[in-house]
Amino acid sequence: MSSFEPQINAASTATLGTEPIIVAKDVEKWYGNGFHVLKGVSLTVNKGEVVVLMGPSGSGKSTFIRTFNGLEPYQGGSIEIDGIAIAHDNKGIELVRREVGMVFQQFNLFPHLSVLKNITLGPIHLRGMSPSDAEELGMSLLDRVGISHQASKYPGQLSGGQQQRVAIARALAMRPKVMLFDEPTSALDPEMVREVLDVMRKLAESGMTMVCVTHEVGFAREVADRVIFLAEGHLLTDTTPDEFFNHPKDERVKKFLSQILH
Amino acid sequence: MNYAFDFGVIWDNAGVLLAGAWLTFKISLLAITFGLIIGIIGAAFRTSENRILDGIALAYVEIIRNTPYLIQLFFIFFGLPNLGLKLSAEQAAIFSLAVNFGAYSTEIVRAGVQSIAKGQIEAGLAIGFKKLAVFRYIVLPPALANVYPALIGQVILAVLFTSVVSQIAAEDLTFAGDYLNARTFRSFEIYFTIALIYLAIVWLIKLLSFLVERRFFEFAKYRR
Repeated sequence: MSSFEPQINAASTATLGTEPIIVAKDVEKWYGNGFHVLKGVSLTVNKGEVVVLMGPSGSGKSTFIRTFNGLEPYQGGSIEIDGIAIAHDNKGIELVRREVGMVFQQFNLFPHLSVLKNITLGPIHLRGMSPSDAEELGMSLLDRVGISHQASKYPGQLSGGQQQRVAIARALAMRPKVMLFDEPTSALDPEMVREVLDVMRKLAESGMTMVCVTHEVGFAREVADRVIFLAEGHLLTDTTPDEFFNHPKDERVKKFLSQILH
Repeated sequence: MNYAFDFGVIWDNAGVLLAGAWLTFKISLLAITFGLIIGIIGAAFRTSENRILDGIALAYVEIIRNTPYLIQLFFIFFGLPNLGLKLSAEQAAIFSLAVNFGAYSTEIVRAGVQSIAKGQIEAGLAIGFKKLAVFRYIVLPPALANVYPALIGQVILAVLFTSVVSQIAAEDLTFAGDYLNARTFRSFEIYFTIALIYLAIVWLIKLLSFLVERRFFEFAKYRR
C-alpha cells in the first residue's frame, strides 16, 4: 500500500521532534454554565509527531483539541498553529482551518453529496482546484482508504467504518499540515474499528502530524510517539506509550488504566 | 331543477380563459421563485447569530403572516403609488405574492435549517469554509430536503392565493371568470371550469415539484 505522501506537506521530511507546529500555552476554558473545563493546559506538538490524548470522560480532551482549530472558544492562554495565533472568531480563522484536518466521532459527512463530492467540495471551493483535478485527487484518496468503488454512493449507503474512512479522505483532500482526530472510532461497531485504525496507522507512517483523542489502547501503544493524560481539566502526564501503559506513576492514570484495560 | 347547462360559453371564450390561466401560472411561478429566495435569505437571517438580522426577519414574518393578504395587495397596489412607486396590476400581484410567500417560506426553511445537526456545520467550518459558504453548500440543501413537503404545501396555497389578485384587475384566471360571468351569467359552467383549471395548474406544479425532488433530493432516500 502506498503512503499518504502526496497529501502532506513538509512533515515527512522534517526531523521528528524538532519543529513545533502546535503550541498551546496555559489554555483556560469555561463553558457557558461556568464549568471550568480546561485549567491551564499546555501542549507542544512537533511536526511529524503522533500524540494520543487520553483521559476519563469529561476531562476536557475533546474540548482541548477543538480549540486548536477554533471550533471551541477559550478564555485564557494562547494557541498557535504553525506560528499563527488561533482564536474562535478571529478574522481569517478559516485560513488556518484549511491547514488543520479534523475527523469527528460522528463522521459528519454531508448527506446530500456523493462520497466523491464530499471530498472535492473543499478543494474546489477553497483551493481553487478544477473539478477534474479535484476528482482525480478524490479518487486517489478514496483508493488509499480502500473505498474508491463507493465513490458515487451517498454517505447514507455506507457503513460507519466506511463513512469514517471517507471523512479521513475528506480532511486529507485539503492537504492539511496537522490532523486532529476526535474519538474517531467511538461511534463505530466493534468490527469496524480496525479498518479505521489501519488507515490512521498508515497515515502516521507517512509522517503526518496527528493529535488523536481515543481510547484505543492498541493504537496508542503502537503508533503514538507520546501519550498525554488529561483529568478534570489538567494535563497530568506527557510521556511515551511504554511509560504510560507499563510504568504509570500517577494514581489517577493507574485508576484510569485499570478501568479501560479490563 | 330546470337549468339548462350550456358549456358552449366555455368553448366560445376559450381564448380568454387560457390567457387568464397562463397569467395565473406565470404569476404563481414568478412569485414562488422570488418568494423562495426571500424565504432562504429570511431563514439565514432568522438563524443568524446577528440579532439585528434576526429581528428584521422576525418583524417581516410577523407583519406578513398576521395581516390579510388582500390588504397587503391593496397596500402595494394602491398605497405605494403615494410614495412614488407605481406598479402595474401584474407587477403588484407578483410582488405582493412573493412578499407573502417569502414570509411563510422563511419559517418553513428556518425549521429545515434548525433540523441540521451541529456536526454538519462544524465539519464545514473545520474544512475552512466561511459561515455563509457553510450555509450555502452544507446546510441549505439538506435543510430544504427536510422541509420539502411543507414547502410544497405552501406553494399550493400560494397558487390558490393568486385568485385574490383579480381584485386589482390583474387579468388572471379568476378575473377572466368574473369577466365572462358578467357578460353571460353562465356562473355554474364558468366557475366549474375555472375550478378545474386551477386543479390542473396545481397538479402541474405538483408534477414540477416531484421532478425537482427526484433531481435534487435523491439522497434523502438513503439518509438515516
